[in-house]
Amino acid sequence: MSGFSVTQPSNRQKWIAGLLVITYAVVTLMPLLWIIATGFKSPEDAISYPPKIVFEPSLEGYVNLFSSRTRITPGMEETLQPPETWYDQVARDAGTIIVGPSRYGQRFLNSVIIGFGSTFLAIVFGTTAAYAFSRFKIPIKDDLLFFILSTRMMPPIAVAIPIFLMFRQLGLNDTQLGMILLYTAVNLSLSVWLLKGFIDEIPFEYEEAALIDGYTRFQAFYKVVLPQAATGIASTAIFCLIFAWNEYAFAVLLTSGTAQTAPPFIPTIIGVGGQDWPAVAAGATLFLMPVMLFTILLRKHLLRGITFGAVRK
Amino acid sequence: MAEVSLQNISKSFGNQIALQSVNMRVPDGSFVVLLGPTGAGKTTILRMVSGLDKPDSGQIIINGEDAANQSPAQRNMAMVFQQYSLYPHLSVRQNLAFPLKSPMLRTPADEIKRKVAEVAEVLQISHKLDNKATELSGGEMQRVSIGRALVRNPQIYLMDEPLSSLDAKLRSDLRIELKRIQASLGATMLYVTHDQIEAMTMATHVGVLDHGRLVQFGPPREIYENPVSIYAASRLGSPKINILPASLFPAAPQGAVQIGLRSEHINIGEGLEASVERVERLGDQTRLHLKLGEQDLIVLTDPHTKSAKGDMVKISPKDPLYFDANGERIK
Repeated sequence: MSGFSVTQPSNRQKWIAGLLVITYAVVTLMPLLWIIATGFKSPEDAISYPPKIVFEPSLEGYVNLFSSRTRITPGMEETLQPPETWYDQVARDAGTIIVGPSRYGQRFLNSVIIGFGSTFLAIVFGTTAAYAFSRFKIPIKDDLLFFILSTRMMPPIAVAIPIFLMFRQLGLNDTQLGMILLYTAVNLSLSVWLLKGFIDEIPFEYEEAALIDGYTRFQAFYKVVLPQAATGIASTAIFCLIFAWNEYAFAVLLTSGTAQTAPPFIPTIIGVGGQDWPAVAAGATLFLMPVMLFTILLRKHLLRGITFGAVRK
Repeated sequence: MAEVSLQNISKSFGNQIALQSVNMRVPDGSFVVLLGPTGAGKTTILRMVSGLDKPDSGQIIINGEDAANQSPAQRNMAMVFQQYSLYPHLSVRQNLAFPLKSPMLRTPADEIKRKVAEVAEVLQISHKLDNKATELSGGEMQRVSIGRALVRNPQIYLMDEPLSSLDAKLRSDLRIELKRIQASLGATMLYVTHDQIEAMTMATHVGVLDHGRLVQFGPPREIYENPVSIYAASRLGSPKINILPASLFPAAPQGAVQIGLRSEHINIGEGLEASVERVERLGDQTRLHLKLGEQDLIVLTDPHTKSAKGDMVKISPKDPLYFDANGERIK
């Protein structure tokens, strides 16, 4: 093989492409790797200079993340029982004793409920709205679509105060339901627009065939359109979840206790017992996992091309 | 089983007139073929009858009832779409079973299995049942799409050029098969094509459409022998009817501008002199391409003719059809 070919890249081209991809991956993944590593460092290693690439792994960060502790004061040692579990041991080695669980677990659960709940609603409403926009004659359709998109044009801080006042009137302040509704509303613009694009690409002929085959309009939507929109729904769901999962501004302003999500909580870990970077890093690492797992689970559906070719053009 | 009649159906899409007051009765158990070039309104008629589109004016009467408020499902019709419209997320088997599983039919599983197998056999796609609908050739997709209609026993079958992508052998097999199925079920069939062989061989009635108007409706033989216009005469017959100036031959009636001569309606031996341009030997028949003055025409002749390129032959019309300046028939 010699000469230029579009479909068959040469070995040299493959090498260059591979190298570029690896370089890009290293640059973008570096901070991530650093956070994961920091989570397993001792507090001293975490702030040592020059930074340690090789270090002795420690679970202190994770133990600190999930527990609240008090420092062992001189004279206290004699009264202490020997540590019962491995995490008691880790805390004791660091000169502290565990007095109870931290609030991280509960904040994390809030994030899961609010993130997945709002994603679910944004997809349900988004799919039905997108189907309507795609298939039906709607007066002032273009204006409505623009209006929906415009809800995303303002920064959160611009609408935070009215929303705060509204939520207070409705008793939604610092509630999971309030945050689910808020994130659903913000994500709807994204889901309606993305899903409308996907549904537009599904030819109407399939629904016509289903209507002839004895199905109602809704059954045709459910049996014929939805399975073909699976790809679009999966990728839209990932985008919605990433937004709701990482959202910080509204969460800081509208939640403080019961419904607080992980993003505003994680920075507050720093304050407990000195600058506890390993605990912060451990919190961030765990926080990354659900979105990553969700993306990996839906990866199959992200591959395009399942609808290609069964309608003759 | 049903009788369908279209009464004064008109439809336009924007400025485009698709149908102009079409009146047509599809009798129970008949095989009606709609003929016409692209854009004549054939598919539009199917969509009106199916309920996928609504006419701008006029009524569609199914078994004596106005169908205006009936949904496609309620009309209980099976349709073969020109663009196949197979469900891409389903296998061939699931595609064929789809109409049987509808809330309207709710067929028991063993009967679905039996019917799908039976139809797959007829259409020669049994070996592809577990393929995805997208993993088929064009001809296979078309057969699945026919199968999806044939698994049902609807009021009426609507077929939009169902054999267009098949190879010649399969096409002639399925022509016979469709006709057999229709005849044995006593089913009513409304069938769109621009293949005149399909029209001649299968139809009990042919409707000729021209720019949204139904210009002639009747048995294929009648349209072949007794066309109302040059347009209708040109839709049937292969080779196509020869259209010549009427003044070439003597004895043209008053007002006749053009004369239509089918290739088998020309006597060879006496009359005007024409030169042989080409001899086409098809085995069972031989066609002579002649030049008569400035006019080209095709004549059917004895299969064993000795005529060759450059010969001169004498021709005269037999049972000619005369048309006026607008192409309308003069009787």
